[in-house]
Amino acid sequence: MSLRAPTPLQLLAIKALLLLLCLVPAGHLAAGWMHGTLGANPIEAVQHATGEWTLRMLLLTLAVTPLRRLSGLHWLLRLRRMLGLITFAWACGHLLTWAWLDLWLDWTAIAADILDRPYITVGFAAFALMLPLALTSSTAAVRWLGGRRWQALHRSVYGVAILGVVHYWWLVKADLLKPLLYALVLAALLGVRAWWREQERRRQLAAAAPPAPGRFKGKVIRIVPK
Amino acid sequence: MLIRLPDDIAPSEITPQALFEGRRAFIRQAGLGLAAGAALWHGLPTSARAGTLPAAVRSSPYNSTEAHTDWASAISYNNFYEFGTSKDAPLRNAPQMALRPWRVRVEGLVNKPREFDIDDLLKLAALEERVYRLRCVEAWSMVIPWLGYPLASLLKAVEPQGSARYVEFVTHYDPAIMTRRPVLDWPYTEGLRLDEALHPLTLLTFGMYGEVLPHQNGAPVRVVVPWKYGFKSAKSIVTIRLSERQPATAWNKSAPQEYGFYSNVNPQVRHPRWSQASERRIGETRRRPTLMFNGYADEVAGLYLGMDLQKNY
Repeated sequence: MSLRAPTPLQLLAIKALLLLLCLVPAGHLAAGWMHGTLGANPIEAVQHATGEWTLRMLLLTLAVTPLRRLSGLHWLLRLRRMLGLITFAWACGHLLTWAWLDLWLDWTAIAADILDRPYITVGFAAFALMLPLALTSSTAAVRWLGGRRWQALHRSVYGVAILGVVHYWWLVKADLLKPLLYALVLAALLGVRAWWREQERRRQLAAAAPPAPGRFKGKVIRIVPK
Repeated sequence: MLIRLPDDIAPSEITPQALFEGRRAFIRQAGLGLAAGAALWHGLPTSARAGTLPAAVRSSPYNSTEAHTDWASAISYNNFYEFGTSKDAPLRNAPQMALRPWRVRVEGLVNKPREFDIDDLLKLAALEERVYRLRCVEAWSMVIPWLGYPLASLLKAVEPQGSARYVEFVTHYDPAIMTRRPVLDWPYTEGLRLDEALHPLTLLTFGMYGEVLPHQNGAPVRVVVPWKYGFKSAKSIVTIRLSERQPATAWNKSAPQEYGFYSNVNPQVRHPRWSQASERRIGETRRRPTLMFNGYADEVAGLYLGMDLQKNY
């Protein structure tokens, strides 16, 4: 098999394998719940695990573009939708754990949590922003929206990721080590994009710079991203 | 005044007599023949079993009749940040702490300052079993049968001076075995007003479940202040200092807008992280309402007459 250009069948196999791999922690958590091995406070354990897996999968999804560019393996892009949807599934699990397992769908308590507790406010906002992304993940939706608009909409994933890390940061009582690690990974993933964007802008500026007099015959068209 | 007394205990919360008697019998057996209780220590390193308690255990009028949290949960779900910030880290790391020799200094505004050897401190007064609700600020709770005697017995022995108004607890800190990251301002300190410290509910605690305290639960000596959030009940104490000024406390220094000096359990004071209106009793799935002063309002509400508990949270 060629790593550069897998056949459609190979790509399908890669996707299936990745999906299975992503299901392992979910299975592990479900088994722990059923066998009562999640410790003294299993609901809290599920809450923390679903939250952390949402963040991990989100960061993995955001890693696809930089990995593709660094490795030159363009088919990696074909995994992104699935990773995004797995992220969303974990987020749904996280939201349900809170609203259902923890608060027993007590709407007053749920509303009070969203309004009174800033970390839940931002966490809930992150979920709300994720919802349209999940709903427009199909190829049909891309066609319906048009590539440019679809892409503009899906850039809000950066906001979702920032809110997600803030959610974790604000939840922690005193030991910020773990949220700090997530924040650093996110900063790297967003930073590399900003860096490349800046490089691209400069490259185009340089290309568009007026050439030495007397040698240039054509017409200059400046193509500079805003 | 914002103190609201709780309703009476719901009939559903009262443990059936037979079950209760059976449990008493079990505890008596475990408490009197302390060696028998050692069977419960399976899976813990031998260092966790340091020391024994005097056999005579008086029972107390303050006992909760609710079902005890199971031992396995009580020793594996702990906040003891010096040994790690996850709930199970103290169980793994705290047994490195050497419990003998252990000395407790009682100093400050007292007529008879004294440094106690832990084994002398243990014998200063008769041990009682106190079954208390423990409410953590993180909105979970347990019911634990502690063994100890009122802190007042110790304080009276050292004779507080008239100017003493507060009691500060300084806890053990050993960077060789505890975290060096400045998660909190080590050593962990806590404090009470003198009248709170002298209240008969405030227990100087050496054991639980008929056993000496496990390391992660604050061995060899801690306080238990059942009407306050759990972090007020300082663990592994090395110094008790009486002072005229309100002492600084670890969590208050870390986040003063969240953790006040009083930190009485109060379902009406909102907290930015956890709803304090309800709690999850460890071992139960559904939340239950949190009671004012953790259900000890009859005993302690009088300490706070005339105080705005929204401000003095």
